[in-house]
Amino acid sequence: MSIVVEAVSKRFGEFVALEAVSLEVRDGSLTALLGPSGGGKSTLLRVIAGLEQPDAGRVMIAGEDATSKPPQRRNVGFVFQHYAAFKHMTVRKNVAFGLTIRKRPKDETDARVDELLKLVHLDGFADRYPSQLSGGQRQRMALARALAVQPRVLLLDEPFGALDATVRKELRAWLRRLHDEVHVTTVFVTHDQEEAMEVAEQIVVLNHGLVEQVGSPRDLYERPANEFVMRFIGPVTPLGERWLRPHDVDILLEPAMGATEAMIDRVTHLGFEVRVELSLGDGDATWVQTTRGRAEELELQEGQIVWLRPAGDPALAPEAA
Amino acid sequence: MKSRLALRFAALGYLALLLGIPVVLVFIHAFQDGIASAWDAVTTPEAQHAFYLTMVMVVVAVPLNTVFGVLCALAVVRQRFRGRALLNAMVDLPFAVSPVVVGLALLLVYGRRDGWAGEWLAERGIQVIFSTPGMILATMFVSLPFVVREVIPVLREIGTEQEQAAATLGAGAFQTFFRVTLPAIRWGVAYGVVLTTARALGEFGAVSVVSGKLSGRTETATLFVENRFQRFDETGAYAASVVLALLALATLLAMNLIKPKEARG
Repeated sequence: MSIVVEAVSKRFGEFVALEAVSLEVRDGSLTALLGPSGGGKSTLLRVIAGLEQPDAGRVMIAGEDATSKPPQRRNVGFVFQHYAAFKHMTVRKNVAFGLTIRKRPKDETDARVDELLKLVHLDGFADRYPSQLSGGQRQRMALARALAVQPRVLLLDEPFGALDATVRKELRAWLRRLHDEVHVTTVFVTHDQEEAMEVAEQIVVLNHGLVEQVGSPRDLYERPANEFVMRFIGPVTPLGERWLRPHDVDILLEPAMGATEAMIDRVTHLGFEVRVELSLGDGDATWVQTTRGRAEELELQEGQIVWLRPAGDPALAPEAA
Repeated sequence: MKSRLALRFAALGYLALLLGIPVVLVFIHAFQDGIASAWDAVTTPEAQHAFYLTMVMVVVAVPLNTVFGVLCALAVVRQRFRGRALLNAMVDLPFAVSPVVVGLALLLVYGRRDGWAGEWLAERGIQVIFSTPGMILATMFVSLPFVVREVIPVLREIGTEQEQAAATLGAGAFQTFFRVTLPAIRWGVAYGVVLTTARALGEFGAVSVVSGKLSGRTETATLFVENRFQRFDETGAYAASVVLALLALATLLAMNLIKPKEARG
């Protein structure tokens, strides 16, 4: 295991940021810490980096107890949401910083920096200052700077949070590819479930300082441990007492066992996807996601009475019933 | 259009009345008997010694207050401890207390006869009052807040992320300070140094009380100006004033020259 967190707790005054959190991160894996803001994910990342001291518990990095080590002796790479670029240094000096501190020979440093700048597609920007770069470029520089010292683990705190949507999407895909090239154990924090699903191999869902569930993106989507995970990880729709994925509801034209009567309020065509909004017998609103083909087959239209039934093997939160 | 002109006129008029006209008149009076007599007035042995003593004040007080100011700002902004608010408030004391009072307070501490520590120091042959050490102390006291006050907002603004990034990259506390923090706050420090220098050059009240005003021995440039003026030597008083003004101006210019373009205001 590359990172092992054992029963780590952290409070800030009255606020409980982490409550006996335990976690294992495999060598070379790409893990997302996902959760709403204030859920404790950034605090956990900072505890792993040594930027926060836990009140209780242990942090092991590459088999060594790192709990009482200061950040400079943990050999972790850390990337901040707002880049934390050294504004008075050129891109080259920024990336070389860790090597300069380690007093590596100049030609070795230069070669390593050139290699990294190529890796993050910033070759040709070496002599610019951070203020002359775009947000996405600055974050790639910060990533190169963190990788320069060949850290045992790479930690990213909402790395794309400050970027606009298009750049964010690009960088996500790029981070995924970069990880395939570099293979450094990576943990990143995000509050965006789509980002976590798209990039990570393993997702850790944190809420109110507790780990709600750990699993692959598919696990979490299809077998959420509880209602919170189910609702956080994807869209849900109410049907009777339970929550379902909107595509896990069958629309029937005839009454059937276990089916609930509903009236169609609105049918919205979104290309391949068709969104059907309905009112249940007790007046509650719900919605169902279906395909264009299925909607045409059933000839769904406003005002129509239909029956809703959970599909064959729906994703269900065990506590929701 | 009219209101913009009025605003400009008000700002410039205010400056002209309060600063411009008096300063110009000082220059005119300094040279009323010609450049030669002005030159002679500021090159007498007493005048030279007065300028030398003022430079001593600057050269000792400014570096010490700069180092203290940066450390104090770091403590106030980056640390949490009991008495932090008190420290922050204490720094402003020299702004709140009249320099004359500062001088009298120093007499109470270091006065040879009845000062709190005066006798102890005198037995060891150290004379503070009516001598250079006391004048340096007075200058340091009155010019203490400038670097602290300039650096605190800059430190707050840069935040701690760059320092944390340096730490995760392996930099120790000293390396982080000299490689990351200090370069980031350098313009705040520079401006603080300029203000401290200007204050040290111009200090009169506190130094006047502790100096004893011995011409040619404990007389700084500002005391020399007063001395000349009281002896009806107008040229001497105004010419020395001009030199003081030029020194302050040179400090300001020096800062603007070393400042990079984007930081110039």
